This record gives sequence, C-alpha cells and structure tokens, in this order.
Amino acid sequence: MKFLPLVWAGLKRKKLRTALTFLSIFIAFMLFAFLGALKQALSGGVSMAGLDRLIVRHKVSLIQTLPQSYKTRIEGIAGVAAVCHQTWFGGIYQDPKNFFPNMPVEPAEFCAMFPEFVLSDAVKQAWLNTRTGAVVGRATANRFQWKIGDRIPLHAPIWGDPIGQSQWEFEIVGIYDGAKKGTDTSQMFFRYDYFEEARQREKGQVGWYTVRIADPDAASKIAAAIDQEFANSPYETKTEPEGAFAQGFAQQIGDIGSIVMAVVGAVFFTILLVAGNTMVQSVRERTEELGVLKAIGFSNLLVLLLVLIESCCIATLGGFSGLGVAWLIIASGNPIPSLLPVFILPTQTLASGAVLALALGLVAGALPAWQAMRLRIAEALRRGA
Amino acid sequence: MQPNIYMSALTQLFSVAWYNLRSLPERKAAALTAAVGIAGVVGVLVGVLAIAEGFRRAMTASGAPDVAVVLRSGSDSEMTSGLERDATRTIADAPGVARNATGPLSSAELFVIINLPKRSTGTDANVPLRGVEQGAFDVRGNITMVAGRRFATGRNEVIVGAGAARAFAGLDIGKTIRVGQNDWQVVGIFTANGGLAESEIWTDTAVLQPAYHRTNSFQSVYVRLTSAAAFQEFKDNLTSDPKLNVKVLRLSDFYEEQSTAVTKFITTIGVFIATLMGLGALFGALNTMYSAVAGRTREIATLRALGFGAGVVVFSVLVESVLLSFAGGSLGASAAYLLFDGYRASTINWQSFSQVTFAFHVTPLLLAKAITFATLIGLIGGLFPALRAARLPIAAGLRES
Repeated sequence: MKFLPLVWAGLKRKKLRTALTFLSIFIAFMLFAFLGALKQALSGGVSMAGLDRLIVRHKVSLIQTLPQSYKTRIEGIAGVAAVCHQTWFGGIYQDPKNFFPNMPVEPAEFCAMFPEFVLSDAVKQAWLNTRTGAVVGRATANRFQWKIGDRIPLHAPIWGDPIGQSQWEFEIVGIYDGAKKGTDTSQMFFRYDYFEEARQREKGQVGWYTVRIADPDAASKIAAAIDQEFANSPYETKTEPEGAFAQGFAQQIGDIGSIVMAVVGAVFFTILLVAGNTMVQSVRERTEELGVLKAIGFSNLLVLLLVLIESCCIATLGGFSGLGVAWLIIASGNPIPSLLPVFILPTQTLASGAVLALALGLVAGALPAWQAMRLRIAEALRRGA
Repeated sequence: MQPNIYMSALTQLFSVAWYNLRSLPERKAAALTAAVGIAGVVGVLVGVLAIAEGFRRAMTASGAPDVAVVLRSGSDSEMTSGLERDATRTIADAPGVARNATGPLSSAELFVIINLPKRSTGTDANVPLRGVEQGAFDVRGNITMVAGRRFATGRNEVIVGAGAARAFAGLDIGKTIRVGQNDWQVVGIFTANGGLAESEIWTDTAVLQPAYHRTNSFQSVYVRLTSAAAFQEFKDNLTSDPKLNVKVLRLSDFYEEQSTAVTKFITTIGVFIATLMGLGALFGALNTMYSAVAGRTREIATLRALGFGAGVVVFSVLVESVLLSFAGGSLGASAAYLLFDGYRASTINWQSFSQVTFAFHVTPLLLAKAITFATLIGLIGGLFPALRAARLPIAAGLRES
C-alpha cells in the first residue's frame, strides 16, 4: 500500500498522455458495451425463448394464417399441455414510423402461456371485463407516454377498420413489465373476441400458435406429430421450438448484423492497440528512473509489480468508466425503438468487458515490466546519459 | 527584395517540414501505430456506410419516374394492400397509362412470401414471391433474362431474380420449389439493373392466386405512364374516382419509402459508431504527436535557436500529422474498398417483411468523405502538439536530455 503514491506519481508524470490514454480506453470500452447491447438486441429473442414452448405456423410462411379450429386439434395431441394463438394485427399508431408489434390474444390463455409478461390479478380481471381492453409493455407505454385508461386509436390496413368507425380503438387496462431483464416489453396485446367480431377479412383465421409441452425433451417428437396432423390439408404447418423460431428470425437480418459487429470489434482492438502501445512507450521512457529505484534497493519483483499496477490502473479506470457511461446511456433510452424492441446492456457483456480491461492492463504492462525487472542497474543508469 | 523575403520564408517552411519528415523513420513505431489506428477507423467507417449505400441503391435503382404503383388507400406496403379485379381494370384503363398493340402497359400483382433456406446459413428466410401479368416486363422495362426463358402463362413456372438465385438454396434452373401443395419449376433467371426485383421470384398471377386462395384479388397495380409528367393526371383521376379507394405513388417514391427503416437503422448505427471511433482515433493521434514533439524537444529548441520562426515549427508538426493521417486514411479506405465493394449480402426489410439482396457499394464520394475525415483528425491531432512545440522555451529545451 505504501507504494501507491509511487504509482500515482508515475501516472502523473505525463498528465496529458495519461489523460489521452485513459480517454482512448474509455471510448474503446464504450464501443464494446454498445456492441454487446446491439448483439443482444439483434439476437436476444433466442436466449429469452421458453424451452417448453413450440411455435406452430403456416408451412409456406408466417404471413399466412391458420384456421382457428386447429386449436382443439392441437390440444388433442399427446404431450401438449396448453395452446394459445396470436395474430399479426399490424396496427399503425398515427404514423408507420411509430411501429410497435400489436396482436389479438385470448387473455386468460395468453397470461398462462407467457408468465414473462408480468400482470397483476387486478389488471387481468380488468382486461377480462373490458372488451376493447389492451395491455401494453413498459417500453412502448413509456415511448408514447400512455397511461392506464388512455384510449389508443390504431389504423389496421391488413384487417380493415370496424364498420362505422374510422379506426380501431383500444383502452389501456394495464402496463406489463418483463419478468427478466431482456424480456421484450414493446408489444401490445388486446382481446381476440373484439378483433374477430370487428375485422373485415379472414374471419376465423389466426396467425400462429404457441404450444406448451409437458416434457421439453419430447419437443421434436411432438412437433413432428403436430405437422403430421395437418399434413396434406390446405393449411399445412411447420412446428419448431420457440428458440429455433427466434434464431431463424434473427438470422434473417443476416450478414449485416455480423458485419457491423465484426467492424466494431476491429475498431475496439485497433484503439486498444494504439493505447497499449502508448502505455508500453511510457514505461520505456522511464528506464533510467526504474534503474534508480533498483539502485536504492527495490527488488526485481517489486519493480515488476509497480509497473504492472500502473498499467492495470489506467486500463481498468478507463475500461470501467467506459462501460459505466455506456450503461448509463443505454439505460436512459432506446435510440431506435421501432427496430430494436429490446435495448439493454447484458450483464455478460459488462463482465467480459471488465475482464478485458484488466487483461489489457496486464498485457500492455507485461513486456515493459519484464524488461524493467531484468534491467541491469548500471546499464539503466547509463542509458539516459 | 520583397519576393526574396517570401521565397526565403517558403524555403524555411518546406525545408523544416522536409527535415521533419525525413526523421520519421526514427520514430516509425509511434508513427505506424497512429497511421494504423486511423486506417482502422476509416476502413470501418467506409464499410458501414457502404452497406447503407448498397442497400439504398438496390432499393431505389429500379424506380423509374414514369412507372407508378397503385395500392389500397391506407396501406403502407404491398403486403397490407388489397385490390379487387374490377379496380385493377379501372386503373389499367385510366388516362395517362401508356399502351401498346396488346393494350395498356399495366400489371396487377400479388405479393406473397415463401420460406426458403439461405445458401450461407441453411436457415429459413422470407423470400418474396410475386405474381405478375405479362405486362410487367414492359412496365418495368429493365428486366433482362440472363439464363433460361420467361415463365409461360398459366403454368406453374417461376423466374428468379439474380440476387435471390445467388442467396437462396434451390433456385437453379430446372429445379422445382414446393410451395404449399404446388410444385413450381424454375425456368429462368433475370436481372433488373441491380434493382429490387432481383431479390424476388416471379410467376404468373393467375397461377399464384388459386394457390394462395386469393381468386380475383390482387395487392398492387404497376403501370407505365405515357411520360413522367402524366403522373399527376393519372393520380388525380384515380383518387377522385368514388368507386376506388386507392393511393398512387411513383415507383421511385414507393421504393424510397420502403427503404427508410433499414437505411435509417444502418446510418444511425454507422454515424454513432463512427463518431465514437473518430474520438478514439483523435486521442490516439494526439498522443502520438505529443510524444513525437516531446521526443524532439531538443531538436526543436535547436531549430528555434538557429533562428527558425515559431510558425515554421507549427507548420512542420502539422505537416507530419496530416500526412500520417492522410496516409492512414487512404490505406484504410483502399482496404475497405477491396474488402467491401461488391460484397453480396442480404437482409430483411421489415417494411415488406421480406429479404432484399444487395451488394455493398463503396462510392468515390464515400471514399473522399472518409479520407477528409481522417485528414481532419490529423489536423486537430497535430494542432495542439504543434502549438506546444512552438511555445517551448528555447533555453530549457536545449538543456533537455
């Protein structure tokens, strides 16, 4: 501990350089954190998927609908514990730019199927009592400053507007939170019975089914049984685990996601390279001083440690504050809510960022520290002359 | 005498700058890191912007001003639109639509999505399947068959855009794709001048309708107008018709509108990342130049003692920094050009919920912007260290080890 002032003096030796190195590392780790958040946003659904849930959709594509009568037939298949359907409503709030997903569901079945959307019993009851009632996620409620009791008009080009009305109108009966950190709270759900009665097209058809199965290990067997049930009908199905479905969805974004991440990764390492080089240089310059330290009796190991602590100090200070500031920025809001439903900084990114910051300090300090340790005193003292 | 003074000032300026540059090899490690740092930043900047540019180009390249598209009023894409056969006839017969021997140049179309695996990952992707009428070829005007032939009317045959054929499995001539209960044979591959249609699969609307339980219903009508100027007349005529409930757009505007979300997404991320990276590179450059100046304190003091002015010293440091970052920027830009230009990719366009295939596009303008950006970093990164060098007290500097 008593050597801390010595480390501090080393850092203060060239204040400007220390500050600039600190800032470079700060920026690099901020980028690293945003990269983690972006990655989570693009592929987050995969890790959030329920292991015991399957998605049943039209075999040709998700945009095609399935008969509502399939529900009872799926329920009849061995191993199926519960079935619930959703339909893409595509409702537009004022302008297509205000995009958020909205779907009609059967409230009771829906709440049982998706415990990750946290709703109080009072809200559930209110939803069951209000025919035009809707529940909306925290993210979207905050985005448009909606409160319970607000009436939300949506325009639905896919389904047509209810007869005698210029738009659909929903009453917000509840705002749900996510049970976990990465839960998507951008969606709005409303009642299927209202939707079914008022829509102008494709009555009796629903978008896709979510199926809860009793035994996750039997997933592929049950999926095959469901597809078999509807084979050779006008509405053939494709059933897959929710995780695989989400994965496929994320893959559709394709190369762009991975390329953006690769380039940001490249930048991260470039900045680290430059910063690391400066750190190495700053120790090299002080060969003479280190020689003096050794001449007055500092052990080799102590000199090694001093140099390492100094480099770790600057790396972790820069790294941690970069991660911290990024965390604050990410927590304060989503820059493009219509395209990134979930925008959070995963704990895993924070942890690996912290480890990387420490590793940077060690690696950048190791070579000069090693050289400093092996330095012959006489030579070191002569070098500066 | 006057010109002589200027001459000697200029000679001073350049001789010191030149002397400075010649000493660069002495400091090659630091100089290299600075240049590589800037090269990395510029390379990435060019890469990200090339994605946005390529996507925008694919989306807008084929939007001719004399082609119009008609959708149901209130719909934001073909997917959410719907038009009955009667309406499509009225639209085709409207004034302003070009005609040839067989009738009006119009095509009533149906736009659906099928799942096909991507060649690169093997995972399902939403591939657009478009039912068109024979008029579509004359309406678009830029469809060229590069292999095989056009589909025959009334048969389960498809032709595939070159981008789609490259990106999705099973779209080779002679193969069949199974959609629902029907098999469709691939009979041709076409290009559309790099435009959006190259991401699509085309077939005869009349065959697609029953396969999708959509007898007599379409989603859009594409028409070729007699001229770009005829658009207003065409539009006014349709929107004032009480039997129709439609919106009319120029194809170029429609494509522009359909590409906003993805383009905005990429440029938002791109600009944000580039700003952060630029800052990172700036700090790196500042650091390098400060060290360069610090390492040459004695030299600079000697120059000043010999009578060289402060301006000359500032100039020489700036020249070094700007040249380094210019070299780094050019290196990064050329690397990005070699790496990214023409790179084929596909992504989902959320507005049409389907895949768009496109090539990254590095434009000269983009390269120029990126290199300017790098040079600016060098200018700012060199300015402060240069000022410090000029302000060094000469006597103290000479004594420095």
